Amino acid sequence: MSSTEKKPLEKVCIICAKGSLEDVYATLVMANGAVMEGIETNVFFTFFGLDGITKERMLNLHTATTGNPAMRMPGGIPFPTMLGGLPGVEAGVSKMMRSQMEELDMPPVDEFLEMITAGGGMIYACKLAVDMFKLEQKDLHDEVDSIITIGDFYGLCDGDRTQIIFT
Amino acid sequence: MAIKTIAGAQVNVSEEGYLEDMNEWNPEIAKEIASEVGIELTDKHFEVLNYLRDKTEEGESLTIRKVGKSGITDIKGLYTLFPKGPLKFSSKIAGIPKPASCV
Repeated sequence: MSSTEKKPLEKVCIICAKGSLEDVYATLVMANGAVMEGIETNVFFTFFGLDGITKERMLNLHTATTGNPAMRMPGGIPFPTMLGGLPGVEAGVSKMMRSQMEELDMPPVDEFLEMITAGGGMIYACKLAVDMFKLEQKDLHDEVDSIITIGDFYGLCDGDRTQIIFT
Repeated sequence: MAIKTIAGAQVNVSEEGYLEDMNEWNPEIAKEIASEVGIELTDKHFEVLNYLRDKTEEGESLTIRKVGKSGITDIKGLYTLFPKGPLKFSSKIAGIPKPASCV
């Protein structure tokens, strides 16, 4: 019996439940990276993660400037929480982060979704969360395949070389 | 690093089969590496390969987004040309190093 045989990953199912800039991008980078490696990819957006596929919100995601101990000023000095609470600071910081990502050739959210589906990745929205936020398919980006239940999602996660990732 | 004979030429390749020196590349080598990953090269493929080689020579890091905006093909087209490895397989066939980018 050989234990050295490689068993490469064949499918990933990624769940995005949070709507901050970094949470949504973590999902998108991992999903796109999987598609680029030829791994079958399903992405499931739920709860606040739905912001990442909601037309009205997806291009204006924020990163938290309060309650975020990893937040730094340019130069590496810790970002004062008091400052983070001032009007406009979070929007400004988020805008700066988006422009820094653009420099690394990380696309805006809508273009990122298109890159994922261009390679065959599938994007789904959670039915329960869509109902809760009173959204409809038309409110979601065109690359969203459909609104599905969690049962449907698990149905997509079959196969013994499949991993579910919760970002 | 190992020496491998591809299309009758002795070339240095990395453990994963990427050419160590992009100047050792020629179209015949490209065709043979491509057939190893099940791709038959067309003129369109070579347009992408030449673009990748030019950009690498200029010292740019490559992403599928950049190739998608090159005017040669869009991202969907890139996946059609190089299924399951739009940057990985195309880089390998173009004789350039393994892509260091995550997008």
